[in-house]
Amino acid sequence: MSASSTNAHGSVKSYVTGLVLSLILTIIPFAVVMSGALSTLATVVVVMVTAVLQILVQLVMFMHMSTKADEGWNMMSFVFTLTILVLVVGGSLWIMQHLHLNMMIG
Amino acid sequence: MATDTLHHGASAEPHEHHDAAGTKVFGFWVYLMSDLVIFGSLFATYAVLMKGTAAGPSAAEIFELPFVLVETFLLLFSSFTFGMGVLAMNAERLGQVKAWLAITFVLGAAFVGMEIYEFQHLIHEGYGPDKSAFLSSFFTLVGTHGLHVTFGLIWILVMLVQLSTKGLNDMTRPRILCLSLFWHFLDIVWICVFSFVYLMGVL
Repeated sequence: MSASSTNAHGSVKSYVTGLVLSLILTIIPFAVVMSGALSTLATVVVVMVTAVLQILVQLVMFMHMSTKADEGWNMMSFVFTLTILVLVVGGSLWIMQHLHLNMMIG
Repeated sequence: MATDTLHHGASAEPHEHHDAAGTKVFGFWVYLMSDLVIFGSLFATYAVLMKGTAAGPSAAEIFELPFVLVETFLLLFSSFTFGMGVLAMNAERLGQVKAWLAITFVLGAAFVGMEIYEFQHLIHEGYGPDKSAFLSSFFTLVGTHGLHVTFGLIWILVMLVQLSTKGLNDMTRPRILCLSLFWHFLDIVWICVFSFVYLMGVL
C-alpha cells in the first residue's frame, strides 16, 4: 500500500518538481511579453503553449490526476469537462464572430 | 486522487472507510469540474467582449504585468505549501499540517489583498465595471476567481480550527484533501487568467 500511496499522493520531490517547472513556465511567457522580443504571433504561441504545459504539470504533480487514481474516473471526468469547455468556449466565439460579421454595415 | 492514505487512521473497517472517503473526494473533484465549466463560460464571455471598450480604456492601457507576476508567484507558492501540508498529513504530523496551512493562508490572503488593491485602483481611476463591456467581463471573471480564493481562505481557517479541536481523523482528512484540490484548482484557473487576460491583453 505504501508504494501505491506514494504514487497517488506525490512526494516532496514531485511537489518541488511541479513548483520548479511551474516557475519556469510562468517566467518564460512573462519575459517574452514584457521584452517584446518576438513577433505578436510567436508571442501568442509561446503564451498558449506554456499555459497548457503548466496546467498539465499542475494537474499531474499537484492534483495527482492519472489514469490509475480512482480507476481513471477523475481523468475521464476531466476529459469530459474539456469537451464541454471546447463546445462552450469555441461555440460562443464562433457564433459571436459570425454575428459580428453579419451585423457590419456595408 | 488522494485516497489511499486515509487508511493510516487505522480504522476497524479500512475498506469501507476507504470507499467512503474516496467517494467524498471524487465527488468534490466532480464539483470542481462543474466549476470549471462556470469559469469556461466566463472566459468565453470575456473573449467575446474584450474588444468592446466603448469610450473606456483597452486592456493594454490598464494592466501592469509586474504586479500580476507577483500575484502569480503568491498563488503558485501557496499551491506548493498546501501540497507540503498534505504530505505532512500523510506523515501524521499535525503541527506541521497546521503550520503549512497557516503559510498557505498568508500567501492566499496577500493575493486577495493585491487583487482588491488592483480593483480599487481601477475603480478610483474611473475604470469600474460600469465603464465598458470589456471592464464588466474583466471584473466578473477575475472577481469570480478572487471570490473563490476568498472562500478557500475561509475554508482554511475552518480547517485550522477543526484540526485544533478534532485533530487528524477520518472526518478531517477527506476535508483537507478536498480543500487541497480546491486550492490547486484555483491556481490552475489563475494560469488561464494571467495567460489569456493579462498577457494576451497587453499584446
